[in-house]
Amino acid sequence: MQEKDNTRRKVLIGLTTAVSLSGIPFAATPFIASWNPSARAKAAGASVKVDVSKMQYGQQIQVAWRKQPVFVIRHTKESLKGLEATLSKLRDPNSEDIDELYRGQNLTRSKSSEYTVIAGVCTHLGCSPKYHPEVEPKPWDASWAGGFFCPCHGSMFDMVGRVFKGVPAPTNLPVPPHFFNGSILTIGEDEELA
Amino acid sequence: MSEMPGKLFGWLNSRLPILNTYERHLSKHPVPSKVNFWYLFGALASVVLIIQIISGIWLIMPYSNTEEEAFSSIEYIMRDVDYGWVIRYMHTTGASMFFAVVYLHMFRGLLYGSYQKPKELVWIFGCAIYLAMMAEGFLGYVLPYGQMSYWGAQVIISLFGAIPYIGDSLELWVRGDYYISGITVSRFFALHVVALPLVLIALVFLHLVALHEVGAGNPEGVDIEEFLDDDGIPLDSVPFFPYKVLNAFVAIGVFMTVFAIIMFFFPEGGGYFIEMANFEKANPLVTPEHIAPVWYYSPYYAMLRAVPDKLGGLIIMGSAVAILFVVPWLDNSKAASIRYKGIYSKIALALFAISFLTLGYLGTVGVTEVRKTMSVICTFIYFAFFLLMPIYTKFEQTKEVPKRL
Repeated sequence: MQEKDNTRRKVLIGLTTAVSLSGIPFAATPFIASWNPSARAKAAGASVKVDVSKMQYGQQIQVAWRKQPVFVIRHTKESLKGLEATLSKLRDPNSEDIDELYRGQNLTRSKSSEYTVIAGVCTHLGCSPKYHPEVEPKPWDASWAGGFFCPCHGSMFDMVGRVFKGVPAPTNLPVPPHFFNGSILTIGEDEELA
Repeated sequence: MSEMPGKLFGWLNSRLPILNTYERHLSKHPVPSKVNFWYLFGALASVVLIIQIISGIWLIMPYSNTEEEAFSSIEYIMRDVDYGWVIRYMHTTGASMFFAVVYLHMFRGLLYGSYQKPKELVWIFGCAIYLAMMAEGFLGYVLPYGQMSYWGAQVIISLFGAIPYIGDSLELWVRGDYYISGITVSRFFALHVVALPLVLIALVFLHLVALHEVGAGNPEGVDIEEFLDDDGIPLDSVPFFPYKVLNAFVAIGVFMTVFAIIMFFFPEGGGYFIEMANFEKANPLVTPEHIAPVWYYSPYYAMLRAVPDKLGGLIIMGSAVAILFVVPWLDNSKAASIRYKGIYSKIALALFAISFLTLGYLGTVGVTEVRKTMSVICTFIYFAFFLLMPIYTKFEQTKEVPKRL
């Protein structure tokens, strides 16, 4: 009798505990989910438009999308040709490690053959790399052929934001969704992708 | 003492263990009769904790945790609130002094084997306090929403991004926005002023309760519990009151003087206590030329930079703190104190201290090839100190530990 009671008690304790524990994920959901970006934050993170026709060749501008810098570069013919020369220095020349939106469309990695549109946030620890288009020896690279250099931890990228080998940044600078409507560039959405 | 006068006290004491607790943990608590100045930093740390709590509560009142007003509310505290600058500098100086005394307190632990059996839990709670302090300090540094708040937070939150698969969504979840915005600041504020202080206070309580259960150590590494008098009190002990209290008061007096000098004359600590870039409002579009953490994180930052791989850097940084927790099981030495340990332990501890200080320096300056090589070497020594400890403490010749203090 005693034996049987103990078994019965253990089963009841086990069941009650299991049922109670199953409530934890439900109770935790609102607390965890409330840390997601709110509807207002999402709305504020919608797309931005910029007129790129006034840009000089070789010029880089910074556009704030979601308050983060996005780099737009209008390439010269020389700088696009120069991409060949640094190909051997790149870790991932075809952007195979990331979700490349416009793979294989243009040398610029964007939807345009002239402009590059890349996130201006280093894939290492989030600093903003600096634009150094000059082809000349630099303290960080004696055979510099133009590109981006991150002052925080020394990561290097080529003119279209592809990462060099042997630097802390793990991947290429991502290309945000965008489209051109004449000379108006919209960053943050792409109706073809949507 | 036991004949406490007064009916009111009697009434209280029969309902709440006031006298019993007071005698057990304060007045009659036995402490080793011979210790040195290294044993004062624990008391100083609790003084700083109190300073931080009080100045912190007063800072919450005028501070505004929104993206638009966070930075200007700090300026408002500094310029418009009566004595606001004193309270804020008290808090920022307190943060640096907290780490200073805790680093010395931890070094004392390594020096005299304060983690050895049966004090393992005291050590572990201490490590947990250190970890909570690092989180608390980081969150607090973001609140003024200056340039260094922003970019420091950007770097630290990006570390989450190194975690495979969930990294990117975890980063977004921690920020609650696509950049470090007012949403991030206000949640960090809640964690900084409510959640983590509760955790810290609970951990300090456990640290002290565990310490009082097993008894404090001494620089000789003698177990004073071996020789007891007729009442069961260790022969080599003195009661906490008045012997330790008076010592502690002198130490607190000296400490407060140093604290006040820093607070009034060098509150920015030459850019090491409050970094110059933080006198500028956060700008998500412009990274400062030189990002460095405040001095108390810089050794780990140097380790992070020494590794040319994002995930690898995170792992090294995390392990550097995590390895502290297992020190009680790495030390095989028969002696607790460095005085009776062998030559290998002495060399290892000296190299460790030098490499930690060097890393601290390297973490505050820009990267060059030479400095990077030095960071790698020092990181290597840091880990070798812990990982080789089971070997060098086992095979070295120790001196015989005396029986009495």
